[in-house]
Amino acid sequence: MITFNQVTKKYSSEKTAVKDVDFTVDEGKIVVLLGPSGCGKTTLLRMVNRLESITEGSIVIDNENSMDLDAIELRRKIGYVIQSNGLFPNMTIEENVMIVTDLLGWNKKKKKERFNYLMKLIGLDPKIYGKRYPHELSGGQQQRIGVVRALAADPPVMLMDEPFGALDPIIREKIQDEFLQIQREVKKTILFVSHDIDEAIKMADKIMLLRDGEIMQYDTPSKMLSHPENEFVNQFFGKDRAIKSLSLHTVRNLQEVIGLAEMDESIYDTKTINVNQDLRNTLSMLLNQEADQVIVTNDQDEKIGSITIDLVQKYLHYEIKGKMSVSQEG
Amino acid sequence: MEQWARFLEINAPRILELTLDHALLVSLAIVVALLIGVPLGIYLTTNEYLAGTVLQVASVTLTIPSLALFGIMIPIFSLINKGIGFLPAFVALVLYSQLPIIRNTYTAIKNVNPEMRDAAIGMGMKTHQRLLRVEIPNAMPVIMAGIRTAVVLNIGIAVIAAYIGAGGLGVLITQGISRGDNYLIISGSLAVALLAIIADGLLLLIQKRFTTKAVVE
Ligand SMILES: Nc1ncnc2c1ncn2[C@@H]1O[C@H](COP(=O)(O)OP(=O)(O)OP(=O)(O)O)[C@@H](O)[C@H]1O
Ligand SMILES: [Mg+2]
Repeated sequence: MITFNQVTKKYSSEKTAVKDVDFTVDEGKIVVLLGPSGCGKTTLLRMVNRLESITEGSIVIDNENSMDLDAIELRRKIGYVIQSNGLFPNMTIEENVMIVTDLLGWNKKKKKERFNYLMKLIGLDPKIYGKRYPHELSGGQQQRIGVVRALAADPPVMLMDEPFGALDPIIREKIQDEFLQIQREVKKTILFVSHDIDEAIKMADKIMLLRDGEIMQYDTPSKMLSHPENEFVNQFFGKDRAIKSLSLHTVRNLQEVIGLAEMDESIYDTKTINVNQDLRNTLSMLLNQEADQVIVTNDQDEKIGSITIDLVQKYLHYEIKGKMSVSQEG
Repeated sequence: MEQWARFLEINAPRILELTLDHALLVSLAIVVALLIGVPLGIYLTTNEYLAGTVLQVASVTLTIPSLALFGIMIPIFSLINKGIGFLPAFVALVLYSQLPIIRNTYTAIKNVNPEMRDAAIGMGMKTHQRLLRVEIPNAMPVIMAGIRTAVVLNIGIAVIAAYIGAGGLGVLITQGISRGDNYLIISGSLAVALLAIIADGLLLLIQKRFTTKAVVE
């Protein structure tokens, strides 16, 4: 758990980067810091591992005031991932990943086991990749190494500053999924900086939207989309926030509320999607008219019905729009 | 051609001996210069205030004409009765190599990708761990470039050492000039050039051998 108590950061007497920020990141949750460039996301993050000093207030990590701890020890207990992955080109992948465990003095056997485990998490063969150097990996692979390096010593807390920002959209989505999968297993307390709304909606248990160093709203993604607390939040998520919120719902949700359509066996050109697919991807598939009929399959791969644009629209209308606060519409 | 053959037949052993003297003087000066300059350059990266001053002083040293610097050594070392010979030449060369070595070491480390440094600090490395594991290895190509500059510079400047009786290939050249003997001048100059090329090549090999491919790129 990370608690910010009225934290303020001034780079100089005129420049206040973070103003009176007060919030808690619950154990095992991902909080995404979101907001326009220069709003103080990175500054907020870097105060946690004391890469930046705190001007006023305090940050408490698992019941310990961060200032009471030795900075070096504190940092070794916090995983840190940055956009450009920060891998060291003079070290092999294995050396890179195991740095913190090395600093902590783990023995060889324990390190080897840990390395193999971590590489399995990201689906890279430790034997092949362990001895390579960072420049011998693709950007996506490097970024995953950056992530497991931060996980190496099993820190309770992770700080991630636009960890997937430099990747192309397809790889980024894959790595986001993979990371969420890992997070289900490791359950870290995570502060995650992003300036990508879709990424925030997807990754966050809670989103914190910042402007000029101040909290605009701190809420779950669906609350944020359906009940923006002020005009800035409303504007930030944009007119298409209803569509954006579709990514928080799955075909299964739709099935439960309004049911699926019958399958038409006579249509030859069909595609199938899984019932766990989110509705936003489903909608874009339908809009792209990739097939004449889109059939939904359940977890056992059995066909359970079909889905149409009309159904998504209906669901959007009743389930999402209906629940959005009316006063903020327009 | 024939005359060259005859000249070399007589002078080859002497040229070789002077080349070795020359190489020895330069090598010793470089080793000592490295022992001072590299640690100093590294230290300065952690002390911004001192860095400015030291780099300025080192720059000034390099602007003193080499002949003058050797000249200054004479009265200073006369105080301990060593006004001419190996010692003053050696000290002058050490001073001369400081700038390229300190400056390259300093800038090399300062120019290591700030995100890499950030990652190192963020992971909980102490200053010396960060220097040894991350900054120095990644700065190695530039540090080595500074050392190579210093070596080549010193091989050239050490020619002047002959004027203060420190021997080396400068002896051939100064003798050649005073006797009007072109053979001496040319052979001396060629030997200096050759020595510089070989030394530079050798250091480049060492540099390649000890830095990973990734760092060089
Ligand atoms: N070292 C510094 N000295 C002075 N001002 C700084 C420093 N670092 C950041 N700032 C300022 O503080 C504000 C917040 O910066 P910060 O890097 O936290 O923004 P950010 O939200 O991470 O932006 P981005 O999305 O562009 O990464 C900006 O106005 C920035 O110019
Ligand atoms: Mg930032």
